[in-house]
Amino acid sequence: MTLAQRMKTLAPRLVGANNEGVLAIIIVVLIIVMSLLSPSFFTVHTLFSIVRSALVPSILAIAVLLVIISGGIDVSFAAIAIFAAYTTVHLAQQGQFDPGIIGILLFACAIGAVLGFVNGAVIARFRLPTLIVTLATQGIFRGILLVYIGSRYIAQLPDSMAGLSTANLIAIDSSRSYLPLLVVPVAVIVLIVAWMLRRTMFGRGIYAIGGDTEAARRAGFPVVRFQIILYMMVGAIAAIGGLIHVILNRNANPQDIVGTELDVIAAVVLGGASIFGGRGSVLGTVLGVVLVQLINNSLLLMGVPTAWQRAAVGLLLVVGVGIQALSARRASRRTFVLDTVEA
Amino acid sequence: MAERNEAPVLEVRGIVKVFGGVTALDGVSMSLLPGRVHCLAGENGSGKSTLIKIISGVDTPDAGEILIDGEAMSGMTPARALRAGIQVIYQDFSLFPNLTVAENIVLPAAIASRKKLFNRARSRPGAQRIVDELGLTLDLDADVEKLSVADRQLTAICRALVQDARILFMDEPTTALTHSEVARLFGLVRKLQERGVAIVFVSHKLDEVLEVSHDITVLRSGQLVASGDAREYSVQSLTVAMTGRDVDTTRLVNDLGKRGAPLLEVSRLDLPGAFTDISFDLAPGEILGITGLLGSGRGEIVEALFGLLKPESGTVTVNGAALRPGSIRSSISAGIGYVPEDRLTQGLFLEKSIADNIIAGSLDSHARGKVVLSQKRIAETISTLFTRLRIKAPSVAAPVRSLSGGNAQRVVLAKWLATKPKILILNGPTVGVDVGSKNEILTILRDAAREGMGVIMISDDVPELVSICNRVLIVRRGSLVAEFDSEQIEAQRIQEVMAA
Ligand SMILES: Nc1ncnc2c1ncn2[C@@H]1O[C@H](COP(=O)(O)OP(=O)(O)OP(=O)(O)O)[C@@H](O)[C@H]1O
Ligand SMILES: [Mg+2]
Repeated sequence: MTLAQRMKTLAPRLVGANNEGVLAIIIVVLIIVMSLLSPSFFTVHTLFSIVRSALVPSILAIAVLLVIISGGIDVSFAAIAIFAAYTTVHLAQQGQFDPGIIGILLFACAIGAVLGFVNGAVIARFRLPTLIVTLATQGIFRGILLVYIGSRYIAQLPDSMAGLSTANLIAIDSSRSYLPLLVVPVAVIVLIVAWMLRRTMFGRGIYAIGGDTEAARRAGFPVVRFQIILYMMVGAIAAIGGLIHVILNRNANPQDIVGTELDVIAAVVLGGASIFGGRGSVLGTVLGVVLVQLINNSLLLMGVPTAWQRAAVGLLLVVGVGIQALSARRASRRTFVLDTVEA
Repeated sequence: MAERNEAPVLEVRGIVKVFGGVTALDGVSMSLLPGRVHCLAGENGSGKSTLIKIISGVDTPDAGEILIDGEAMSGMTPARALRAGIQVIYQDFSLFPNLTVAENIVLPAAIASRKKLFNRARSRPGAQRIVDELGLTLDLDADVEKLSVADRQLTAICRALVQDARILFMDEPTTALTHSEVARLFGLVRKLQERGVAIVFVSHKLDEVLEVSHDITVLRSGQLVASGDAREYSVQSLTVAMTGRDVDTTRLVNDLGKRGAPLLEVSRLDLPGAFTDISFDLAPGEILGITGLLGSGRGEIVEALFGLLKPESGTVTVNGAALRPGSIRSSISAGIGYVPEDRLTQGLFLEKSIADNIIAGSLDSHARGKVVLSQKRIAETISTLFTRLRIKAPSVAAPVRSLSGGNAQRVVLAKWLATKPKILILNGPTVGVDVGSKNEILTILRDAAREGMGVIMISDDVPELVSICNRVLIVRRGSLVAEFDSEQIEAQRIQEVMAA
């Protein structure tokens, strides 16, 4: 193989199937620029605080990624996350008992899965557009939460949760930099989902459904079952995101999380997941989340008002979708068929 | 050879299927014997694909039963059909555009064997084996959406053959294939048949069908009109059975009269890797055929004329005015229309109605004044083309997705005819179109040419070229190697030069 040829096969690998490489470069460039602009940026403290702020969005983004790969879009994940987390805390507080962190986790996941089931059942059975369905259920879930379960802010978490709030994986007291222990479960979930998408028939099935639902059905994938399981899984993952949010904040506020949908969806799309379905990777999504958090953090550091942060993320989303549209157009200009004339 | 009078592996009885108001199948019965190739023939929209989809569990019948090994199957699903050993090469391929060739080939087999885990690397050898067995050069790691139509079709074929099928349905498996690929496919079909696989073969290339089939079932408008031994049929008699009339395929060419100024002039067009030094011209009213093996560069040449590809050097002029190379807009405004090869994905809005699709390319020319569209003229154009092309559908409001393959094709043609182009380029205009309609389409092209339109037609179908073209150009390895004009056109010689 000549050098030129090797470069040719190497280049797409580095870029990655979903432009992960490009994203990584953008992140590095941004870090260099910010470090030059502000000496307080390139510190362990900043690193830890960005990781900390990326934990909940990462989990939620992974949930959204699953839906987007399957060819849908979910805007109810934030409502599910806070519904499950708040309800769990609320019940534990009212019952005056602490089921332990495992019990809390299972309970919240069960609630998330039930709410996800509602989404999945409606979408798969009646073949309705996912955006409309989740827009509707988002309102319903939120309404039920505020009206029937509670609208009060709960400042006192069960002890098992409160304990986790202050647990750190790494603590550097001199610079007051702390890396929360919750990094571990987040990393585990991210890795499990990555493995599931690559190595299980369910994971490949989600890609297949996102690529062409009818073809997936014809190939024998149980499309309806997969879709329902998928939305239940998304609900459960969102519930975990909600719990982590509550633990990190040391309180449960039913008004939280809802409103962060834009950040999360933007991160997933920037991470290379195709809004048309069928494409996307966990690595890209995590990089997307990091990029969004990095930008939010940088703007904050430079003293830009928060309202402009929303605009910046919106702009990023447009850029992300724009790149997809452009590369889709480029891809449709196919290359030549090789001359395979046999004599 | 499998012994005769064996019990059928699959039998369908009295299958009825109604879509909305259209009866696609009206009490069709058929039985398949192991080790025999069964030809399912019929005009476009006669219900062939629908019957296949019902047997494979994709569509549910309104009445009738399916028996496998004499046992009635109720509530057939794709997964059950696959597990019963039924494999289908669907007319629209039904591949996953976002996954690699290797995954497309092996995933259905993995589902059928109820696997829970999937290992991309370990599943590759299986895909490689079938690709090698067919003697193909497919890039297993390429995404299917990046493949040419022919390679997609080959992928679909590999996918069906990689599993040990007992019953294999092939719904027009050769529409995009070259002669040598077809020959290899048929070789494999014979091998499978010797192994006792029951094969159902659907194709509008009737000579091809008769070459491989033992039994024949003919459908017309959803009804079974004939069935029996394939040896009792010739292309002629099969055509009559399908259409209910005789189809005349003799050579009939418009007289061009004295050659005036050319409508289109192509001079020294060059694109490294695709074609070199291409020069030819086209007179008004002329029908020019371009043929050559797949991959010879014939498709790229016309794509360059339409601006889909940008040639490195050379010029294209229409009525003396040069086109901007690589600009589709410039080609369209010069009056060039292009009917692409992959019409199901490139040419149509599948969810929209037939009417919308027909008019999609020509709204500008139906405007009254500058902005207001003339509903009356639009309706006229649509209904004229709908009837002239004999599109088989309940009404012009039906979505294109609900049409049979051959009828979808006519919609694409209608769309381009509606634009009234000066030059119409067609890439395989009659692929997948039944014998009767093929002649109708050729007649339509002939009529359009008589009114002064220049037609360039790429086709594999040599008899078709002979029957309509004023001139035929042959492309080999990116160069024009021969030109036959009116007096010299003869099927035998074209085939010889092509394969040389
Ligand atoms: N999903 C659907 N909805 C409505 N009508 C349909 C649908 N699928 C098929 N049809 C109709 O059923 C009839 C039979 O179609 P089918 O695809 O079986 O034809 P075919 O014999 O395979 O034709 P071709 O040779 O063109 O592929 C057609 O009139 C078609 O319009
Ligand atoms: Mg068909």
